[in-house]
Amino acid sequence: MAKRIEVEDLDVYYGSFQAVAGVSLVVEPRTVTAFIGPSGCGKSTVLRTLNRMHEVIPGAYAKGRVSLDGVDLYGPGVDPVAVRRLVGMVFQRPNPFPSMSIYDNVAAGLKLNGTRNKQELDETVERSLRGANLWNEVKDRLNRAGTSLSGGQQQRLCIARAIAVRPDVILMDEPCSALDPISTLAIEDLIGELKEQYTVVIVTHNMQQASRVSDRTAFFNLEAQGLPGRLIEINDTETIFSNPSLKATEDYITGRFG
Amino acid sequence: MSTTTGTLTSPRGGRRAVDLVVRVLVYVSALIAIAPLVWILVSIVAEGLPAILSASWWTQDLAGTTDRRAGGGALHAIIGTLEIGLVTAVVAVPVAVMGAIFLIEYARGTRWARLVSFTVDILSGIPSIVAALFVYTLLITLLGLGRSAVAASLALVLLMLPTVLRSTEEMLKLVPDSLREAAYALGLPKWKTVVQVVIPTAFSGIATGVILGLARVMGETAPLLILVAYARNLYLSPTTSNMGTLPTMINSGRNVAETLPGYSRVWGAALTLILLVMGLNLLARGVARAGRLKDR
Repeated sequence: MAKRIEVEDLDVYYGSFQAVAGVSLVVEPRTVTAFIGPSGCGKSTVLRTLNRMHEVIPGAYAKGRVSLDGVDLYGPGVDPVAVRRLVGMVFQRPNPFPSMSIYDNVAAGLKLNGTRNKQELDETVERSLRGANLWNEVKDRLNRAGTSLSGGQQQRLCIARAIAVRPDVILMDEPCSALDPISTLAIEDLIGELKEQYTVVIVTHNMQQASRVSDRTAFFNLEAQGLPGRLIEINDTETIFSNPSLKATEDYITGRFG
Repeated sequence: MSTTTGTLTSPRGGRRAVDLVVRVLVYVSALIAIAPLVWILVSIVAEGLPAILSASWWTQDLAGTTDRRAGGGALHAIIGTLEIGLVTAVVAVPVAVMGAIFLIEYARGTRWARLVSFTVDILSGIPSIVAALFVYTLLITLLGLGRSAVAASLALVLLMLPTVLRSTEEMLKLVPDSLREAAYALGLPKWKTVVQVVIPTAFSGIATGVILGLARVMGETAPLLILVAYARNLYLSPTTSNMGTLPTMINSGRNVAETLPGYSRVWGAALTLILLVMGLNLLARGVARAGRLKDR
């Protein structure tokens, strides 16, 4: 299931503005990789190039190579819709579909792509909600609106929705920034379980979170406003937080700037 | 300390007087605005109620009766108004909704979208008589067709289209982009995202706009006067050249003497039209409220 991501010499542009320059990194399967760095350094942008979500923004395009187990995601004839079935995403704010029940939210990816088999849907919903540690809380009210849940539950619902389509990779863009500490803890525990089956990449502003949940940490920075963001350093999380090789990384981690 | 307590005491006489004058002005203005509406409503209900309370009002047309003879009803006009409204909606709603989807989901911010938006703005400003004469010129003068209920519907389409398109646009704009992104991230193609996520999310708002747009065109009179002849009999075929409608029923009886039965039928038709439009407005509210409950 889980796949290896290789990024080589990635540049990302929004129209004429270059947001990211020369990023190369490797994400091993069944690991959690955290992207950290100050606002505007391009970490979310890089994350979004991993499933071509940046293309949703008019004028955005990427150069370089992003491959999933050796398959170029930007190769000719590659359908971004197909890429997103392999690489799922969880967003900053919980965004369950308001017109759908809890059940339908989780089943949405399968149902809307044509699965009609009730048994298969039921099994997927249960498996996904269990996988997102939400099953026990919602199993008696699957027909209630997804938006009736609390913020933390909604975010876990969104994770369930993402894993329901059995992706190889799950991208998380600051998944806890809109949640309280208890809900955050629940999501962090969940990330630890998800990496047994998936490759996880998470963007976070929370240093403790990065050190708690990730195996590898990538530090992004930009020299000045208006210049493109760059990958400064990537290494094992322990090394980054205890013995970073660059001064800039150390300054950021110890809170001296950013 | 003393300055603080100074500001806390009640205002001086002058300021109080100004307050009183403005207050009275505001109340009187509100009264002036409401009074004619209440007056119209009260007189229509008072004059029209007897007519619509007779059982035959809702079950019979005016075939075989005259303004001098009592009996008969407004069935022909009620059916006519509903039928013309329905045909109008069937043509206008798909075009308006799909147009709005094009503008918001596919062409947002492009020159094309601005051009279409501008055209819709102009269209929403044209008087109903101009729409009616345009259809008259097109269908009757140029193409040589006769007057018909469908022709009247087409003129009403021109009036309904911009209102429904605008309201649908507003509702689609209210759907957060995060929902579209969530759908894309599940590997849904764009059209499925629009059909299965965006439209259902905005559905109650779109439906409300459609109903309100329909209520608005149902009371339009100019296209009906120009494009379809008033009939006292019930005609069902939309291609018929004669069809009774509530606005033209009111118009046809405007010269009847006060003492005749035809006179009270005019009031009855006015009251019926108001009830119809009010019913649609209430329905729109109900739909809007049902949509809100689902959000919780």
